[in-house]
Amino acid sequence: MVQVRPESDTARTLVLEVPDWPGHLAGQHLDVRLTAPDGYRAVRSYSLASAATGPGPARVEVGVQELGEGEVSPFLVHEVRPGDVLEVTGPLGGWFVWRPGDPGPVQLVGGGSGVVPLVSVVRTHAAAGSPVPLRLLLSARTPATAMHLPELLRRGADQPGFSFEAVWTRQAPEGDRRPPARLDAARLARAVLPAEQGPTCYVCGPTAFVETVADLLLAAGHRAGRIRTERFGAAR
Amino acid sequence: MSAEGPAGGPAGELRVPPATRGFTGRRRERTEELPPGQYRTDDFPVLSAGPTPRVDTGEWRFTITTETGSSHHWDWNGLHRLPRTEVVTDLHCVTRWSKFGTRWSGHPLDAFFASVSTSAEHALVTCYGGYTTNLPVADLLGGRAWIATGYDGEPLAPVHGGPARLLVPHLYLWKSAKWVRSLTLSTAEQLGFWEGVGYHAHGDPWREQRYAL
Repeated sequence: MVQVRPESDTARTLVLEVPDWPGHLAGQHLDVRLTAPDGYRAVRSYSLASAATGPGPARVEVGVQELGEGEVSPFLVHEVRPGDVLEVTGPLGGWFVWRPGDPGPVQLVGGGSGVVPLVSVVRTHAAAGSPVPLRLLLSARTPATAMHLPELLRRGADQPGFSFEAVWTRQAPEGDRRPPARLDAARLARAVLPAEQGPTCYVCGPTAFVETVADLLLAAGHRAGRIRTERFGAAR
Repeated sequence: MSAEGPAGGPAGELRVPPATRGFTGRRRERTEELPPGQYRTDDFPVLSAGPTPRVDTGEWRFTITTETGSSHHWDWNGLHRLPRTEVVTDLHCVTRWSKFGTRWSGHPLDAFFASVSTSAEHALVTCYGGYTTNLPVADLLGGRAWIATGYDGEPLAPVHGGPARLLVPHLYLWKSAKWVRSLTLSTAEQLGFWEGVGYHAHGDPWREQRYAL
C-alpha cells in the first residue's frame, strides 16, 4: 500500500503498488485477502478505479466504502496505512467491463460508491483518447460523500467526448437551484444518451438503485441486452 | 491444516502470508459450515448481469430439449401438477457471501426428468432475459436441484428470480439461474454466461471452484 486517499468520512481510495500485475480492463475488481494473527482470513472484492493497464508493475487504485456492520471495510477505511502489505488477487470480472475498442457510445450510471468502476471507464476513455461519446450520471447523497467528485467535475469540463452530471439525493451543493431528489424518469431522460443512439449502459450501485435505474432505462427505450449491471447489497 | 494459499501451485512457491498488520477479524462463528473463502451474511444480496425481467406466469414456459432434439414443455399449471417440496438450504455465492437456512418451495428436477429420455451429460440453462449457465446433468438429479417458485413463504420476487428460478444450492449460486426458461441437454459441454468469461464450469463451493484459472 503506497497511498491512502480519503474520499469522505466513510470511504477511501487505496493505492496499491503491485509488482506483478497482470493488467486489467476498465470495470474489473480485485480481491483483498486479510489474515489475522491466528490464521483466520477474510476476503472481499473491491472495484478498481484506475485506468486499464497492461501487464507489469502497476499502481492500482481501489475504492472502499465502509459498511456499518462490515468486518473488512472498516479496517480498510480506518486502519490500513501506507507501508502495509496486502494480499490481492485479480483482476476479476469479465462482463462489467469496457474496452476502448468497443463500438458505440457509452452511458454510465453510478449510485454512491458504485461510481468506482465507472471512474475506471472514464479514465480509460481519456488515456486511450477514445472518440466514443461517454456520459456519467452520478447519484449520491451529498457532494461531501461523493467519491472522486473533484476529478469527475474537472474531467466533465475538460475531457473531450465526456460529460458528467450529478443528482444529489440528500443535500445539493450551494448555488444549485434544484432541490435534492431521487433519480426519476424525467431527470434520467434529460441526463442520459437517448436510446436512439444505442449506447451501452453500465449501471452500478446498491441493489435498489440499480433495479430502479435499469427499469427506467428499459422504459426509456434502451434495450435490455445493452444494459450491464453490477449490484451490491441486499433486497428483501 | 495450516492456512496456506490455494493448493496446486508450483512446488516451492507455496507460502503462508504473514498476518495483516492490525487485522483481527471477528467472524469465527459456525465456520465449519462455511465453504473455504466464504463469509456469512444474513441479508439476501442480489447479483444479476442486467435488468430484472418481468415474466408473467400466464406466459411462462419451461422447456427441456434433449440431445436428440425432442422437447418437453411445462406451463405454469403443468409446473404445479408436479410434486412440490419445501427446501431449507444454505446458499453460497461466488462473491463470497453465504446465507444459512434459506427456505424455498420448489419442484425437484427429478420430476421433470421422469418424462425425459436422455443420456446427455451436460445441460445449458437459458433464462428469460438471456442469461445462460451450464452444469452437469448429474448435478440436476438426485433431489439436489429444483425449479423454485417460493421463497420464505412467499411467491419468489422478480429480483430474486421469480416467478421461477433454478435452485442448485450445492453449487455456487450463479448456477441457480434466475427466470429459468429452458434446459438444453447435450453430449458436449457448452459454456454459459459467466463460465464463458472465466468462471468455473462446475462451481463446487466446497472445492472452491470459483474461477477457471
